[in-house]
Amino acid sequence: MILLFIVLLPILAAIAILFGAPPRRTALWAAGFTLVATVLMYLGFEAGQRGFQAVISFPISSDWKINFTLGVDGLSLMMLLLTAVVTFAAIWFTGKITQHEHAFYACLLLIAGGAFGAFASLDLFFFYAFHELALIPTFLLIGIWGTGNRQAAAWKITIYLATGSFILLLGLIMLYRSLPEAARSFDIRALQKTAGLIPAEAQSNIFLLLLVGFGILVSLFPFHSWAPEAYASAPAPAAMLHAGVLKKFGLYGLLRVAIPLLPGGAERWNTLLIVLLLGNIIYIGLVTIAQKRLDWMLGYSSVMHMGYIFLGIASGTLLGTSGAAVLIFAHGISIALLFAISGEIRQRTGTLVLRELGGLGKIMPRAAFAFGLAAFASIGLPGFANFTGEVMVLFGAFRNGANPERFGIYQIAAVLGLWGVVISAVYMLRAYRRVFMGPALESLSGATDLQRSLRIPIGMLVALTLWFGFFPQTFVRIVTPTFKSYFTSKP
Amino acid sequence: MSSALPWYILLLPFLAAVVIVLFTKSYRGLSSFISVAAVLASFALSCVVFATPNIHALELTWLDFRPVLYVPLGFVLDDLSKTMLVLVTGIGALIHVYSLGYMRDDAGKSRYFASLSFFMFSMLGIVLANNFVMMFIFWDLVGFSSYLLIGHWFERDAAAEAAKKAFLTNRLGDFGFMLGIMMAWAATGSVVFGEMAQQIGRITSYPGYLTISALLIFCGAVGKSAQFPLHVWLPDAMEGPTPISALIHAATMVAAGVYMLVRVSFLIQASAEALWVIAWIGTITAVMAALIATQQNDIKRILAYSTLSQLGYMIMAVGLASGQAAMFHLFTHAFFKALLFLGAGSIIVMLHHEQNIWKMGGLAGRLGITFLTFLVGTLALIGFPPFSGFFSKDAILALAYEKDRAIFWLALFTAFLTAFYMLRLVVVVFFGKPRSDHARAGREAPWIMIGPLILLAIPAFASGFGFVAKLFVALPAEKETNWLVPGMALGATVAGVICATLLYRNRQTDPIDFALLRKKFYFDELYAFLIGATQELLAKLSAFIDRWILDAGFVRGSSTATWGIGSLLRLLQVGNLQAYSFLFGLGIVGLIYFTLFR
Repeated sequence: MILLFIVLLPILAAIAILFGAPPRRTALWAAGFTLVATVLMYLGFEAGQRGFQAVISFPISSDWKINFTLGVDGLSLMMLLLTAVVTFAAIWFTGKITQHEHAFYACLLLIAGGAFGAFASLDLFFFYAFHELALIPTFLLIGIWGTGNRQAAAWKITIYLATGSFILLLGLIMLYRSLPEAARSFDIRALQKTAGLIPAEAQSNIFLLLLVGFGILVSLFPFHSWAPEAYASAPAPAAMLHAGVLKKFGLYGLLRVAIPLLPGGAERWNTLLIVLLLGNIIYIGLVTIAQKRLDWMLGYSSVMHMGYIFLGIASGTLLGTSGAAVLIFAHGISIALLFAISGEIRQRTGTLVLRELGGLGKIMPRAAFAFGLAAFASIGLPGFANFTGEVMVLFGAFRNGANPERFGIYQIAAVLGLWGVVISAVYMLRAYRRVFMGPALESLSGATDLQRSLRIPIGMLVALTLWFGFFPQTFVRIVTPTFKSYFTSKP
Repeated sequence: MSSALPWYILLLPFLAAVVIVLFTKSYRGLSSFISVAAVLASFALSCVVFATPNIHALELTWLDFRPVLYVPLGFVLDDLSKTMLVLVTGIGALIHVYSLGYMRDDAGKSRYFASLSFFMFSMLGIVLANNFVMMFIFWDLVGFSSYLLIGHWFERDAAAEAAKKAFLTNRLGDFGFMLGIMMAWAATGSVVFGEMAQQIGRITSYPGYLTISALLIFCGAVGKSAQFPLHVWLPDAMEGPTPISALIHAATMVAAGVYMLVRVSFLIQASAEALWVIAWIGTITAVMAALIATQQNDIKRILAYSTLSQLGYMIMAVGLASGQAAMFHLFTHAFFKALLFLGAGSIIVMLHHEQNIWKMGGLAGRLGITFLTFLVGTLALIGFPPFSGFFSKDAILALAYEKDRAIFWLALFTAFLTAFYMLRLVVVVFFGKPRSDHARAGREAPWIMIGPLILLAIPAFASGFGFVAKLFVALPAEKETNWLVPGMALGATVAGVICATLLYRNRQTDPIDFALLRKKFYFDELYAFLIGATQELLAKLSAFIDRWILDAGFVRGSSTATWGIGSLLRLLQVGNLQAYSFLFGLGIVGLIYFTLFR
């Protein structure tokens, strides 16, 4: 029941806002309540248990065998927690909206509702549909309230993600049809039992489709070029929600659907995935270094960090895969905070061109502090969950087939991934030095610091990532049971 | 006996940092008080732990993926770590007190003390960690606190650059370190030192693998202990406040690399090749840094290069397979180098932040206590008997004499250079005529700064005597008394002293001008060029490809197509994004319908 509440409350609140409820207050209360409900759910979750909890199901169409089924296991629980926290922060960070204020907040809530729905759905149909529901307001937020070349950015992300969704849909449909008539179902729980029934050839083809489809949604190299432009144009709360939460749908989909249902296909294409994800880590890492604007730099950095999550997924070990889940969460929080602060800087100084910024640490000490925390989190400073995730992913990948006599592809991927950690420190520290350190620029002296009240969302985000950084076992304990069944035979 | 006591040593400074950041940031006096109280308490507890035999700490779990990976948060409490505990908290406490004076009027005093407490926490974590991952965690945190403290005056460009450079150079070393850890872990199946030592046989059967992993782990020490070729960050780190230079960039943090190598000596010493490389890296660093130090004019930079050089000695000892000799020198060096830096700090502050030795002069009379304590530090550093440095350096020289003559001669040459550059410093700063108005007006620092100097001067003098040192560190086994090595060392030192005194007495400017040394062998220029030629070029190239080939090719193409569709839609009067999105949703529903249910 609580799950239904979490999924529906943001959507209902969005509708209420569209019908004239006070936008900011309604949205904040709705986000606050869903956050509380999610935390309650987290506290009441029984970690050791396999399978899904809090399952609730409504039949929609019996001849199509579609049910509106919600339920959580450890993985989806953590995705819900991420969604709830980032949503709350994004709404809190929303500044003054000059046009169509109601629609703006409604869009934010719809993204959140779509994300909640996608992560909590146990039915493939709703899993997909909720994500689509969340994409549309994302496009609108960029197209209507964006900055810079917003129309072009909005078109680009729309075309890209629509293509990705379309390929994904094709894959899902093929997946459905490749099952024997009797075993066909939309229920993910039922599907997970059918993994052996799909012939190898079909697995391979379908997995490739799913990989490309999900991959486009997560900006897997070379399908990434929508991301930096869209995030640079998007209003900060939209960038927070998409980069922090909604984008993770693709990764969640790989972990939830593609890997467990198509283990043969996953193995078949793993080498390709590793090559592509190294493109994310090394190539995009280098591209990030060369960026001249803070928002583009953050956008590219977010693309780059996807590479580590993919590496965890491709690692083929329980350790690495659990690390991917930790990183999904950790990255969601750190990138949300980074976009939030950079949005504030844009509002207050009117520019995000690195060359035009300098010495903001003196002028905006609170912003400098918050950005610094998020920046160091994102480059994997120990203590933040990002570090834990990276360690798990790299150790996991390195361990796969480790042989003291020679390095295999997993070892090489881990080494290059480790090099990426150096790259990310380079671009992040350079930007930080450029923006916040050095003498304060005359032209920026009029900028004001963050309001004190923003300490609450910032503190919440930071506290959460620190908690899981210091006590990763509290996270791992919850998500690992989900993955255990994937690796019955491997270390 | 299992106890929570060691945890308090670690957590008190952390707690202080948290409290300052969250609550007392705007009360500068209170912040500094909390920080000092925490480190004093830590020091007291460290002494208790030091005096308690067979003490064990509670162990927590950080990450548990048994049987693949198990990372506890556990402590190793042996003689090695207990000595380091007392050393770190003791010198740390003195420097906290000294900072009360040095940073009295600093606007960022709260931030400074929070960072300082955070540094203590991180450093103690390295000392106490019983496994590689936990050590790496604190290792990185130490780098982070060093970043904060070097960049304390972040509005200065030089400090901002130095902080960034320090962190990035360390990251480079950590790349190797982490990789080495992963390799060792993959072979032995554990990251806990004790278990790895037991399973060492699983890695020694692959000598090549072992050597590579040992050398990669050594990379971590090269970064943190600023060894050639990653030494470039340490001199720049002098942009931080001087107490920081004393504590972090002389006495403790940079020694962490040496400590780590001694801690994992079971791994390092299993590979003769790795040892050879380590010994030579140490030797090169020792000679190179000493050479550079002879031509520097900034008092802190001279001391910084001297630190590099002394760290080179320690690494040399590690490479010559004597952890004891390395730790002995680490132990004495911590006192006399902290003393020298604090002395320099009191000069700098009293001369209104003048750091150029050629703007000083004749300070011996006006800053009497500072001069005397500085002299003690200098004599210890150049290894003049019976000051502490004499014994610890002699131990390393004797070791080199026995194991590798080439290294020995270079180490001896370094001893000569050490005496030379230090006496140059002392003669120019303290004797002759004052060369600036500030130098003429200089006077003694307040007692809160002088007190720590005197307290440090005592161990700087006495910590080398066998009966003192053996309480704290395991001394290298005494061979038959050999007067040759100490005799040669003393000769080299005296020669250095005489040369420098003759050359620099009553000089107004430096009579020697050796650009290669003054420019530090052009390392910074070389690295700037290399980074420009590789990383920057690749980054620009990648960005170009991404922008003009990937994006333009794929996307412009499709976007032209879409603009076509867009204009088409405009003909239908719905050419806006809302309508597109709506049609998009509709299309998907239609697609599902047709493919599934036809």
